[in-house]
Amino acid sequence: MRKLMILLLILATPLFAVQPDEILDDPALEARARSISKELRCLVCRNENIDESNAGLARDLRLLVRERLVAGDTDDQTIQYVVDRYGEYVLLKPSFGNNMLLWFAGPILLLMGAGVAVVFVRRKPEAVITELSDAEQKRLSKLLDD
Amino acid sequence: MIAELGHFALILAFFIAIVQVFVPMIGAQKGWADWMRLAVPTAQIQFILVAFSFGALTYAFVTSDFSVRLVAANSHSAKPMLYKVSGVWGNHEGSMLLWNLILVLFGALVASFGGNLPPALKARVLSVQAMIGVAFLAFLLFTSNPFARLDQPPFDGNGLNPMLQDPGLAFHPPFLYLGYVGLSMAFSFAIAALIEGRVDAAWARWVRPWTLAAWIFLTLGIALGSWWAYYELGWGGWWFWDPVENASFMPWLAATALLHSAIVVEKRDTLKAWTVLLAILAFSFSLIGTFIVRSGVITSVHAFANDPTRGVFILVILAFAIGGGLTLFTFRASQLKSNAVFATLSRESGLVLNNLLLSVAAAVVFIGTIWPLVIDLVKGDKVSVGAPFFDLAFTPFMVALAMALPIGGVLSWKRANFSRTMRPLWGMMALSVALGAFVWSMNTGGRMLAPIGVTLATWVILGSLADLATRSKMFKASPSETLRRLKNLPRSDWGKAVAHMGFGLTIFGISAVTAWEVEDIRSARIGDTFTVSGYEISMVAVTQSEGPNYTVITGEFRVTKNGNSFAMFPEKRVYTAEGVPTTEAAIDMGLTRDVYLVLGDPQDDGRWAVRTYIKPFANWIWLGTLVMAFGGALSLSDRRYRVAAPSRKPARTIPTPAE
Repeated sequence: MRKLMILLLILATPLFAVQPDEILDDPALEARARSISKELRCLVCRNENIDESNAGLARDLRLLVRERLVAGDTDDQTIQYVVDRYGEYVLLKPSFGNNMLLWFAGPILLLMGAGVAVVFVRRKPEAVITELSDAEQKRLSKLLDD
Repeated sequence: MIAELGHFALILAFFIAIVQVFVPMIGAQKGWADWMRLAVPTAQIQFILVAFSFGALTYAFVTSDFSVRLVAANSHSAKPMLYKVSGVWGNHEGSMLLWNLILVLFGALVASFGGNLPPALKARVLSVQAMIGVAFLAFLLFTSNPFARLDQPPFDGNGLNPMLQDPGLAFHPPFLYLGYVGLSMAFSFAIAALIEGRVDAAWARWVRPWTLAAWIFLTLGIALGSWWAYYELGWGGWWFWDPVENASFMPWLAATALLHSAIVVEKRDTLKAWTVLLAILAFSFSLIGTFIVRSGVITSVHAFANDPTRGVFILVILAFAIGGGLTLFTFRASQLKSNAVFATLSRESGLVLNNLLLSVAAAVVFIGTIWPLVIDLVKGDKVSVGAPFFDLAFTPFMVALAMALPIGGVLSWKRANFSRTMRPLWGMMALSVALGAFVWSMNTGGRMLAPIGVTLATWVILGSLADLATRSKMFKASPSETLRRLKNLPRSDWGKAVAHMGFGLTIFGISAVTAWEVEDIRSARIGDTFTVSGYEISMVAVTQSEGPNYTVITGEFRVTKNGNSFAMFPEKRVYTAEGVPTTEAAIDMGLTRDVYLVLGDPQDDGRWAVRTYIKPFANWIWLGTLVMAFGGALSLSDRRYRVAAPSRKPARTIPTPAE
């Protein structure tokens, strides 16, 4: 009995990412579906895209994406279709409009950092006046005395 | 009883850490030698106590003492011994105990082997190290006691997450923590230097080996984690930009920058304030990483702690360490003036560029990681920041870094001559571009990734070789003279060349596997034969059997190419105690390609889902990291870190304000 339960458990393992029966006959369309899938989040998973997720919901989304592509949508239209239904949370690549600061963070920091670096590299040497230590002072006075 | 002793040892260690915070620091301020010296025995005893405590917990796991709550929740009597032991840190409390163990280990190492440190600096360093110790021992004792008992011990334990029952993952956390926590040493040195108001070449020479050691472990730890993901998760992904991966990657980027800037401080006595800041930031990233993982605020696979009090506690530690460190920095940074000047084209500038790229890259990873949290707090919206963002936003920095590396690495100090610098490099550059162009012409798909990746990887590797060749007068002097010169090169120069070549190998592996991977998904019946990129694969059988603590379905496949034939056995397992299924891919590893075979679910008509991947040069990713770590180890073995206690020049002392 226990053996049977375990066997059932194995057979009932979650669907495994992209299933053979999901794949579209047209390789070009399938390739587009795959690349779109990599940019959509599996909503019930932890940081997984729908292409690699085992969850049932991810499969539904994969099928939905393929449905839209077969219906003749462009990649952008397909993604927009999914976003309209599931919200921006589904995008693993956050939209540019609402996340400007995120997208510009790298370039802005690079420019600022480069500015500071250039100022630092090209700065004129400061005249550093090193005061003599007591011992040096003594030695100096001794030399001057001699 | 032993568990209680372990708990007691932790409490003792906590009190000793408190003593170690105050006595040596006061001693250093007042110049009392005996007070300063106290830091040595306290650091050593702390280590012995925490090590004992760790031993006690390990004992509870090994003997399957299910009256200890942690053991009951995370272990099982039928588990293989390796996983009983690794189960000690496969959970929140135990992994924090490991964190503490490594923290006090580094403290004890400085106490025992830091004989050439000036007494006041050593006392202050150990005092700061003890502050971190107090904070994390308190965290352990007050929020995450690993030794709590159960009134009614269960008959058997809950078992360990099967995903964690894997040799790769058994050793991933200790390496990662040695790296993470090792950076605390750089932090303590930085804070001590700020308190003293003095950073000089000698200081850099003391800090660098500790940072280097931490960096080596961090590199290996990250590589182990990535390799584990590659073979365990079932589709051969090796990096997911998961918050927890980022948590370990940010300190790595900062530590890499720190290693390079510390060279400038050591050799040229400039870039001091920045180096101190980087040391503070590197450990801050470690703390932020700990916070991200332990609090579970940014959910991810690793989050075993979802207790808000723990999150808040670490946040408080974080605020004190980072806030305190940065405040001290703002007050003292102006004293860290440097008198060295250098030309725009010089090794110094090259290293400044290195630091600029690495730290902005770390900042991008940081912002991307916390962005969902920030947006949630500010706007109440939910957004995701995943791999597609990081690939776009992070990669350009690494491309720029790889482009600049071979040039920056051979520039001379102070003032470099462009044409003389480039003379040995033009040929290498031409060769790399030619190789890239060749790959491009072979590429039918038209993606630029492979040609660019190949060009950069070749450029980095050949550039490092060119440096060695120039320095040994290869083809200019006699072969024996070249050999003699190569032998006499300092180990740190070898380390540099080797580590940079490792970076090149990793770039190559990443670009190759990303650009050239072939995937095949199909349903196959026993007896079917199919072809994937020249490999003829037949499905021979599917059988069921029992493992030590799991039931397994094994597929048998025969793979043939060019008359060479081998068998592969992908598995699906169900762990009996945990009732969790896992997929074990079969991987035939090779230097030029991995064949990666996964047995999927049974289909309606007696067929099985089968996924096949051909992954060209996948192993070069981890080979590269190993080479990088080896380069680090070579550099660490340089004699200047071992011989001759670097003597401090009697520089002018900065008057310490009355405190």
